[in-house]
Amino acid sequence: MACCGRVFTPGRSVSHSGMGVALSRASVESIPLWTRWRSWTPVAVLLALCVLIRLFSPNFLSLSNLVGLLNSASIPLVLSMGATFVILMGSIDLSIEGIVAVTAVLVSLLVDNDVSSYSIGLFAVPIAILVGGAMGFANGVLHVKLKIPSFMTTLGVGFAGIGIATTVLGGFTARISDQSIRFLSLGRVLGLPVAAWIAFGAVLLSFLVQERTRLGRWLYAIGTDEMTARHAGIPIEKTRILTFTIAGLFYGLAGVLSVAQFGQGHALISQGRLFTTVTAVVVGGTSLSGGVGSVLNSVIGVFVVTILANGMILMGVAPYVQQGVQGLLIIVAVTLALDRSRLDVVK
Amino acid sequence: MEPVLEIKGVSVSFPGVKALDEVSFSVGKGEVVGLIGENGAGKSTVLKVLNGIYQPDSGGVFVDGAPVRIASPRDAFDKGIAMVFQEQLILPSLTVAENIFLGREEEFLRYGLISKSRMNAAAADELRKVHLEVHPGRRCADLTFADRQMVEIAKALSLDGRIKGDVTILLDEPTSMLEKKEIDLLFGIVEDLKQRASIVFISHRLEEVLAISDRVYVMRDGKVVFETPAKDATVKALHQHMVGRQLHHEYYREARQAAPTAVPVMEAQGLARRNSFSNVSFTLHEGEIIGIAGVIGSGREDLAKCLAGHKPIDAGTLKVGGKLVSFRAAHDAAACGIGLVPSERKTEGLVATFSVAENMTLAALPKFVSNGMIRFGDEEKIAHDWIVRLKIRTPSVRTKVGSLSGGNQQKVVLAKWRVAGVRVVILDHPTRGIDVGAKEDVYELVRDMTAEGLAVILLGDTLEEVIGLSSRILVMRDGEIAATFDAARGKKPTQVELVGYMV
Repeated sequence: MACCGRVFTPGRSVSHSGMGVALSRASVESIPLWTRWRSWTPVAVLLALCVLIRLFSPNFLSLSNLVGLLNSASIPLVLSMGATFVILMGSIDLSIEGIVAVTAVLVSLLVDNDVSSYSIGLFAVPIAILVGGAMGFANGVLHVKLKIPSFMTTLGVGFAGIGIATTVLGGFTARISDQSIRFLSLGRVLGLPVAAWIAFGAVLLSFLVQERTRLGRWLYAIGTDEMTARHAGIPIEKTRILTFTIAGLFYGLAGVLSVAQFGQGHALISQGRLFTTVTAVVVGGTSLSGGVGSVLNSVIGVFVVTILANGMILMGVAPYVQQGVQGLLIIVAVTLALDRSRLDVVK
Repeated sequence: MEPVLEIKGVSVSFPGVKALDEVSFSVGKGEVVGLIGENGAGKSTVLKVLNGIYQPDSGGVFVDGAPVRIASPRDAFDKGIAMVFQEQLILPSLTVAENIFLGREEEFLRYGLISKSRMNAAAADELRKVHLEVHPGRRCADLTFADRQMVEIAKALSLDGRIKGDVTILLDEPTSMLEKKEIDLLFGIVEDLKQRASIVFISHRLEEVLAISDRVYVMRDGKVVFETPAKDATVKALHQHMVGRQLHHEYYREARQAAPTAVPVMEAQGLARRNSFSNVSFTLHEGEIIGIAGVIGSGREDLAKCLAGHKPIDAGTLKVGGKLVSFRAAHDAAACGIGLVPSERKTEGLVATFSVAENMTLAALPKFVSNGMIRFGDEEKIAHDWIVRLKIRTPSVRTKVGSLSGGNQQKVVLAKWRVAGVRVVILDHPTRGIDVGAKEDVYELVRDMTAEGLAVILLGDTLEEVIGLSSRILVMRDGEIAATFDAARGKKPTQVELVGYMV
């Protein structure tokens, strides 16, 4: 466990280092049992959920349902990787839906489709990813250079994205007939959907970045205590911009996968993605205040959210009730994860 | 001796206070320099200038005789200067090795990836220097406070062997939280380090400074007032230079210290808070000042917060004015007539963007409301009264409190509780970061309050302040009251007597 001590052990006994002086020794030395258990709650919740749904719906563990689950988890997984980095840094990214919409519309117009005459096939993929990265870069630059909270800049960029996507297609839908793109969702490799393999690759890459690169290290440092990070000579601004850019790259990839999955591109293709992504990251146990969590936590979180949705469908829960349950879930998750004893001020 | 690191005529100002005034200071090669002075004398500021956190308003910094600009702590590091901070700068979510090499990971990069094994091995080398036996891959959150302090020191020592040229290590009160055994270890390390590095050492404990230093600087009110080879100095002489006053009792308005009345206003019986303090009992009378002495971690800060309702008490009983009370929040305590003047004046004591008048009525706003509307006229009138009574220097009652000097801000905090009509005032480091003249004003105001029958609980900024102001002193250690001293006028205990029970 020493090599990846952060994973699943958010360590809520952590004190803000600036307050270290004010803490009594005893409270630093003894980590209450509950605190240690709390870090495993996301996994426990996931297992409990599986058992529960299995009780109501024997169909749940069937091969076809599990493959379907993987398929529907793919896009949230890719999105949550980017979002986790941003949230670990203590920022927030609300531009997810906007960036996915722009890149999805872009892809649908660049490949074989019924609106435009372009047909560049898989070359559209890197273009869409780069455009996502560029929008993420805009998030970062606006946030850092204009010193506007990320909440506001990403909200703005996200809305602008939806606006652009709507304008480009004039509210219409572009249907694609490009089989190479459809293959990314419909194709099977070793029995699993290609999208699932792509998501798996995204997770591996993210884990590598988190654990083995300076960027990963610095994200945690900035999210825990920006002043200390600054003192250590970490280029805070560059790191922030780079992180938002990387998040944008992931959203761009998710835009491609969305087109592949639905076989069409339109401005509302990403509806609901922001909520599920942030929910997944938080349910997984990554702290919204930064510095605590992991991309692997988010994988757990994505499966909790996806399986819950899947389970409710299997059990025949009405769609609007499903939304309500997801809303409650995020509040319950934060309630379980938060260590209120150290929170004096809540904003 | 040729100085490796030197500052000449450096001044640093913060809003409302001149932190350094024409300070000159130097460290020779292989020299251990002690830097002493009361809280707020400017010691830490000197180190923070040397470490690139503060930039001097005037004067210069010299490394090996050449003028330099130290832009940031990282820049200082590259110039051979590392600092161990008083408040720990260890990130709990990172491992020991990650903390030691934070921002300097390039040493361990291969194809852009960090080699954890090499980093851990290098960290293990550094940990060996401080005799700390923890795995470099452990997260710092799981370490004890003392171990984290050692990691912080190891981080500074990692400079040694990594840069060309001379190495200077700045230690800002590294011992304040350590046990005797760990302090001895640290001193061993410093002795060892002298062969290869220069050291600047800040400590409150004069004996400690004399034992370890070659040369000692004494600072007071942002100036260097005395400099001497350690072998020629005595604790008593240094102390006199630190304080710079022969007549302490006058400074603390001891002549105005009245004998407390027999009327109890606050009675604590067996108070306890988990992991913080236990079995705390005392009775506070009208007109009395109880000082609480203790090092960081003694539980006195928490006790003060609990008495003011900011944190819950786990056990014991508290009576105010003879009635049993229990506080769920600070406003419960305020309703019982207890006000806290917090140590973090700017963030906890005042709303900086509010005016003087708005801050003064903050704790008692309902008194100034009719039909749901604030009566501005009454608010301004009472604010004006208190500005006159407390001699607050402000352009007007509607001036933003953030633009006042530290001393005047503190007076506004005091006025806030006086307006609310409290019976008990808890003063948590009431003179931290304010100028000497303003300190005397605050002492005067404290005596005024007791003369009017208010009772005070004081967590002094210095031990001397506690002794000078209090009529009774509780010494806390490890969360318990280790001793109680009577401190009637003319019969004050000495600092040495108190310290004996503190550590």
